[in-house]
Amino acid sequence: MDKDCIPLSYLPLGRKGRVRKLISDGIARRRMLDLGLINGTEVEAIQKSPFGDPVAYFIRGAVIALRSEEASKILVEPS
Amino acid sequence: MGLTYNSTGTGALEKNLKIERMTDDDKVIALAGNPNVGKSTIFNGLTGLNQHTGNWPGKTVTNAQGKYKFKDRNFILVDIPGTYSLMANSVEEEVARDFICFGNPDATVVVCDATLLERNLNLVLQTIEITNNVIVCVNLLDEAKRKKIHIDLKKLSELLGVPVVGTSARTGRGLDDLVKAVYDVTAGKIVPEPIKIEYDEEIEKAVSVLEPAVKKYVNGNLNSRWISLKLLDGDDTLLSSMEKYLNFNISSNREILLKLEEAKELLGNNGITDNIFRDRIVSGIYSVAERLAKQTVSFENEKYNETDRKIDRILTSKIYGIPVMIALLGVVFWITIIGANYPSELIASGLFWIENRLADLFILLDAPLWLREMVVTGIFRTVAWVVSVMLPPMAIFFPFFTLLEDLGYLPRIAFNLDSFFKRACCHGKQALTMCMGFGCNAAGVTGCRIIDSPRERMIAILTNNFVPCNGRFPTLIAIITMFFAGVFTGPLKSFISALLLVSVIIFGIAMTLLVSNMLSRTILKGMPSSFTLELPPYRKPQIGRIIVRSIFDRTLFVLGRAVCVAAPAGLVIWILANVYVNGHSLITHVAEFLDPFASLIGMDGIILLAFFLGFPANEIVIPIIIMSYLSKGSLIEFENLSQLYEVLVSNGWTWLTAICVMLFTLLHFPCGTTCWTIKKETQSWKWTVLAILIPTVTGVLCCFIVANTARLLGLV
Repeated sequence: MDKDCIPLSYLPLGRKGRVRKLISDGIARRRMLDLGLINGTEVEAIQKSPFGDPVAYFIRGAVIALRSEEASKILVEPS
Repeated sequence: MGLTYNSTGTGALEKNLKIERMTDDDKVIALAGNPNVGKSTIFNGLTGLNQHTGNWPGKTVTNAQGKYKFKDRNFILVDIPGTYSLMANSVEEEVARDFICFGNPDATVVVCDATLLERNLNLVLQTIEITNNVIVCVNLLDEAKRKKIHIDLKKLSELLGVPVVGTSARTGRGLDDLVKAVYDVTAGKIVPEPIKIEYDEEIEKAVSVLEPAVKKYVNGNLNSRWISLKLLDGDDTLLSSMEKYLNFNISSNREILLKLEEAKELLGNNGITDNIFRDRIVSGIYSVAERLAKQTVSFENEKYNETDRKIDRILTSKIYGIPVMIALLGVVFWITIIGANYPSELIASGLFWIENRLADLFILLDAPLWLREMVVTGIFRTVAWVVSVMLPPMAIFFPFFTLLEDLGYLPRIAFNLDSFFKRACCHGKQALTMCMGFGCNAAGVTGCRIIDSPRERMIAILTNNFVPCNGRFPTLIAIITMFFAGVFTGPLKSFISALLLVSVIIFGIAMTLLVSNMLSRTILKGMPSSFTLELPPYRKPQIGRIIVRSIFDRTLFVLGRAVCVAAPAGLVIWILANVYVNGHSLITHVAEFLDPFASLIGMDGIILLAFFLGFPANEIVIPIIIMSYLSKGSLIEFENLSQLYEVLVSNGWTWLTAICVMLFTLLHFPCGTTCWTIKKETQSWKWTVLAILIPTVTGVLCCFIVANTARLLGLV
């Protein structure tokens, strides 16, 4: 399953993916969980900022912007 | 939060939190919810002016309390920080959870955004696990209606087991139902029976091992199941809170410790480590939230947020994003400049008339000349200057700013500018606090609480003063209009003024980034922390109400400050100008003393004195300069800016002076209120002094370089 997963930061705009694994630990991990990024959650990359970073993602009905540092620690399975 | 009378100036300072029940029958209601759901609107709607803000004891987290009455019973509403969850990942979440848990509220209202119900249910479910007396308030129903989202409130109530009330707080709808539901719950007429969230079998087994022991020893008020779950989670903050508020030390209770170890072993045997445990808990809650949302929320339009996305595609695009931001800023300034002209002249002529009548009155009463001069020419005229020249731009800019804030545009600014801040090793939310600084630097400093990391918060606090606040705009506008846009006429004049003002602001932002970068490489070294920013849906602001309330708010504020600060300052100037020592007035002495240093940086002694006297409030700087010049020479009455120009020029001002004054206005020590706020927020004299020195030194350096380069090149 890991083979199909890519970091969220690589998910192209307009594509959707399902969260499979969180690489971060401790408080950072808890923050991601609290935003709803649990296993199986569908996320969509919807908007890049003018300089490419951060990117806004659609997560459980809300639009959340993440820097590539955070997004790269979330592994998703593109759908 | 919004920039209001209460949240800016000295309203941004703290007073200590004390919940005062007047009688035993008074009910304390906790008001919780995600950020951006309209919690403040509900709070204001219920308590009106009967509220005050302060801090949670020992923490720099804002708290507000208010009172309202219903059916002869007093209710005390306590506004809990907006949080996404109660898992104590941050100070806000800890404060929120502690109050719901240990603060003994008689009921807890959780406010939700109807257009984001699934995500909001996370907080609702976590709250229900802690306490039974919960009322869910589904707010922003008008927005949901606009986006054709339907919510079956009745079904949601059945499924959750607690009362659910629908509101559109901005129009006031539903607040009666909410108040009634709160009353019924606290009076025992409705007894909520919230659903229980079931977790995985292994976790449930572990809980059943631990819970009986917890139930035996921990105070009956608290939910033993929830405490058991938290103990298994390893939540240290809860343990210390329990010790603090209940005097209960878990580590001194052998039975609980034994059972806890047993339960943890059980989990370990099933491969559930700490990380996995937390994952499972959150997943458990979210799956219930998802299920509930599916059963009660229906979207008539699959693409209900398509409009928001289209707007964002433009406002944050590569090509248009930043230009639109600059253009928007320019437009706001342009309208401020134009809009302020007419009221300015009107007020000026009105006050001029009053001044003459006042002088007449003194003559009639045969009052001594010095008294008449002191009151009329000193105090009154200074106040008149502030009110006629400084007030109109402030009163106009503020509503625009509040409008942008209510629309939801400000997070987009942070989204666009984050790259810059990241490169300066700072937090993207500093863009937000910087924006708040446009309104009022004290509010901007308080706003820095949204930045969790202490290092990045300090950088944001220290550099907040590099963006000019509401009180400094009129100074900049006046100088630009007189010295630089003066050649032009008509609409072009105001257009050029707006353009120049935008350039000054951009310079201020550039300085913010530069100094932030330097700070993060020297005294505040460190790596950028994690950054998540929610881009809330665009909301239709109630334009009329905002404009009227904001103008009114701001006008009152400035008038109040004019009386408290400008009047005494005018008096001081008059005294300095009319008390003679050794043949010269005091003001001449002071000016001569400050002159050498001042001219090094392109200004003169009077200007520097004015900046010092302007410490309590930035908007009195120009009036003080004028009054000082006038008192030294002929008595020219003011009528409009071009006469002001004459006064300045006849006292030696050149375009270079104007530039240096503008630079120094942008880059000097924070005003009194801001300094006080910084001291409160940082709890340290060292950082407060730094906050004063850093902008001032920067300003002195910039002015020095500019002034002397111009002179060397023979430009002046």
